[in-house]
Amino acid sequence: MAKRVKFKLNGTELEADEGRLVIDAAKDAGVEIPHYCYHPALGNPGNCRMCVVEVAGAPKPLVSCRTGVREGMDVKSNSDAIKRAQASALELHLVNHPLDCPVCDQSGECGLQDYYMKIGKYQSQVREDKQHKGKRIEAGPHVMLDQERCILCTRCTRFVDNVTKTGELGIFGRGHEERIEVTPGMTLDNAYSGNVVDICPVGALTDRDFRYKVRVWYLDKTDSVCPGCSRGCSISVHTNTIRPWHNDGKRVARLKPRLNPEVNGYWICDDGRYGFGNLDADRLGRVLQVSPAKKDVSWETAAQAIAEKFKDGVAIATSGMLSNEDWASLKNAFPKASLYFTAEPDQVGVEDELLRKRDKVPNLKGAENLGLKSGSFNDLEKDLEAGKIKNLYVIERDLTKVWGAERAKALLRKAEFTVFQGPNKGELGDFCHYRLPATAYVEEEGHFTNFAGVVQHYKKALDPIGSARPDWEIFDLLHMAMKGVPA
Amino acid sequence: MTKILTKHFDEPKLHELETYKRLDGYKGLAKALTMTPADVTAEVLKSNLRGLGGAGFPTGAKWGTVPPPDKVPGPRYVVVNADESEPGCYKDRVLLTRAPHQLIEGLLIASHAIGAKESFIFVRGEYQNQYDIVEKALKEADDAGLTKTCSIKLMRGAGAYISGLDTALLETMEGKKAWPRQPPPFPTVAGLMAKPTVVNNVETLSMLPFILREGGEAFAKIGSPKNGGTVVFSVSGHVEKEGIYEVPMGSKLRDVLELAGGVRKGHKLKAVIPGGTSMPPLLEKDLDLTLDFDAIRAAGTFLGAGGMIVLDETADAVEVAHNIERFLTHESCGQCTPCREGSFWSEEILERILDGKGTAEDMPNLTRMGENITGKVICALGDTVGVIARTWQQKFPEDFKKRIPHGQAS
Repeated sequence: MAKRVKFKLNGTELEADEGRLVIDAAKDAGVEIPHYCYHPALGNPGNCRMCVVEVAGAPKPLVSCRTGVREGMDVKSNSDAIKRAQASALELHLVNHPLDCPVCDQSGECGLQDYYMKIGKYQSQVREDKQHKGKRIEAGPHVMLDQERCILCTRCTRFVDNVTKTGELGIFGRGHEERIEVTPGMTLDNAYSGNVVDICPVGALTDRDFRYKVRVWYLDKTDSVCPGCSRGCSISVHTNTIRPWHNDGKRVARLKPRLNPEVNGYWICDDGRYGFGNLDADRLGRVLQVSPAKKDVSWETAAQAIAEKFKDGVAIATSGMLSNEDWASLKNAFPKASLYFTAEPDQVGVEDELLRKRDKVPNLKGAENLGLKSGSFNDLEKDLEAGKIKNLYVIERDLTKVWGAERAKALLRKAEFTVFQGPNKGELGDFCHYRLPATAYVEEEGHFTNFAGVVQHYKKALDPIGSARPDWEIFDLLHMAMKGVPA
Repeated sequence: MTKILTKHFDEPKLHELETYKRLDGYKGLAKALTMTPADVTAEVLKSNLRGLGGAGFPTGAKWGTVPPPDKVPGPRYVVVNADESEPGCYKDRVLLTRAPHQLIEGLLIASHAIGAKESFIFVRGEYQNQYDIVEKALKEADDAGLTKTCSIKLMRGAGAYISGLDTALLETMEGKKAWPRQPPPFPTVAGLMAKPTVVNNVETLSMLPFILREGGEAFAKIGSPKNGGTVVFSVSGHVEKEGIYEVPMGSKLRDVLELAGGVRKGHKLKAVIPGGTSMPPLLEKDLDLTLDFDAIRAAGTFLGAGGMIVLDETADAVEVAHNIERFLTHESCGQCTPCREGSFWSEEILERILDGKGTAEDMPNLTRMGENITGKVICALGDTVGVIARTWQQKFPEDFKKRIPHGQAS
């Protein structure tokens, strides 16, 4: 345990661990000291000189990101001299900045704009021509680099040096000609490249996926959990419903990491960040009887018909996409059903030391915690082949990926009665008797339990499409119907 | 006048070991090796030797901050800063050319004092000739068995001015971009490869043979209070006899100027930059100023590395300031924003004034910018950017005003 010491910030007596950086200790006390280069996960090179504070006894201002708290320290972050120094540091950051805010994607969440409104508001004295550097450099598949907007805080180079240890970005040149560049012979294509966009305090690194799609001030932000693997990174879902004609009509504009020291820290991987395409495309919204004749039915009619069949037993092919609530409800509704939900063979992938886990679904742990056991998809295949399975219930699992499209279609035909349930139609949406629309994770709320047992709440960011319902609600409906309880 | 470093400069073969030895060479080292490291440091402390690379930090005190081997075991290094790059300074070049053994002896003494078994001489990349001379001298010393106590390696810079700053120099030696570090920790605690490292200037180390041979007190007696020994000025500019002049610490500015033959005939003194272009200039009224670290600091400028540039009335303050800012813009390492952008901006403003397109706001703007840069940057180069932006127009406002066509600066 670090020693607690008393110190003064702008005249207020405060307490902090000895040696805690002044900038952090101030933040704890609700005082934000302006800064660009400092990032808690990337260190404190002290090159932006924005976070200067006055410390009684020091001959000159100190950067608060490199100054530890000492007993009796008297710190001022709001004196006139400091305000002048900070405004001047900001002014110098902007000497060669193109000020192309109207066409810059960072507008609205830009450190330069924010601090100009907070501590700047001066009349510009710059009459000189600006330095010109590279404007549209494709740093990698996800990231666009604009060297003119860059303030050389070096957060991105420290990220690729120290976090991913891949070194695709470097600082080249000297003095005012210095710039961030992609290391010759490389592209910024590591599995975590999108994070450099988040940590860039200005518009130098922008997201190629998100660029020019929607202005950030039209976005709503909802706390959520990434369903991309069993890490379950905390994310924020940024949705665009205020200007539905923007963003090519898509409701989900982007996913951003949300700080969670217990799970993912500040980062998420690119697989998770860019893997949300199916939230707005190929979606199911109607309850449908597909076979023998295609027609819209009500939830109640469908439930009655399905319950009639499932009463005699059912095999359920599903995945770790289900929430804890879904699993509980499933267990409750189908206590005797044979379940198939292993990540193998199709929902496994690359694992690394940083975040990515092998199981590419968020909540196998939730099923395990409820004591649910899964059979293997090989057995399911054999049983289907042998005609042993009469009723099949496919929930949120793309069986074309398990067996291949043609094989999966052939196998589904072998079952006497098939129900398909999920947010997306996929290739198999027509190879069933009933098709039930389920909500995507952004349209429901629930909990995922990650591989380490951390339970996280994800919130509802969007309304469901059509008459889609959360999986647990559908399970409850079928449960009631099977018991003969009128809906 | 008492000379220490340049005393035997009339000897044509001083750079050879034989000659150097004949003139009491390596006696200081022999003496030092009979003493304990702590006693050597104490002797240097007594001598009031100050760091002559520009900062003027007491050398003995610097050594004293190196943690002793029983507290922090493992290697420790002495690095000679021979990356002399300050415009106006060329005394190290002469010291390296004429008396390389004096430096090697000093380096071995310093290495003994802090317990270094391996030390380095970092020579400015452009000093090819000096590198060759030192390399040759080093071979002589190796062959004579003088470097048994501590091996010495030579390294060359790649041409960046900023590498002359101790922490940037260490980064360069480690093969990185020459970006100054921000102490703490200071190099004496974590320097080269994060090991305790003393970085000393060529001139500083060259003083050590004398101090050990004649005693710290004898050295201290030569200079002024707290400023022991002598200092070598490299005088250039509008004087009759440019060259290097060794004078005791505490001599008057007038004396150095006289040694250099005074301002060139028929002209009047306008300004003296005492220590290299980074310093605020002195005026004719300052001629009786005492030249030691403390007195000159009290006068608002610095002794620096003794690169004295003398300017007569033909020099234009705007041109001089622009020239210096252009140099700093070119040499700014680009690490911290105020220096990187401030050097560029002030150069551009000064260029505009030179072009006759200055405005009434330019002078107060330069002052304001200068005040907000100095003291708020990582290293001394950045401080200088602000100093130059401010001081030349403060000392020579008429030069600026006559170039600003419309309206006088308020």
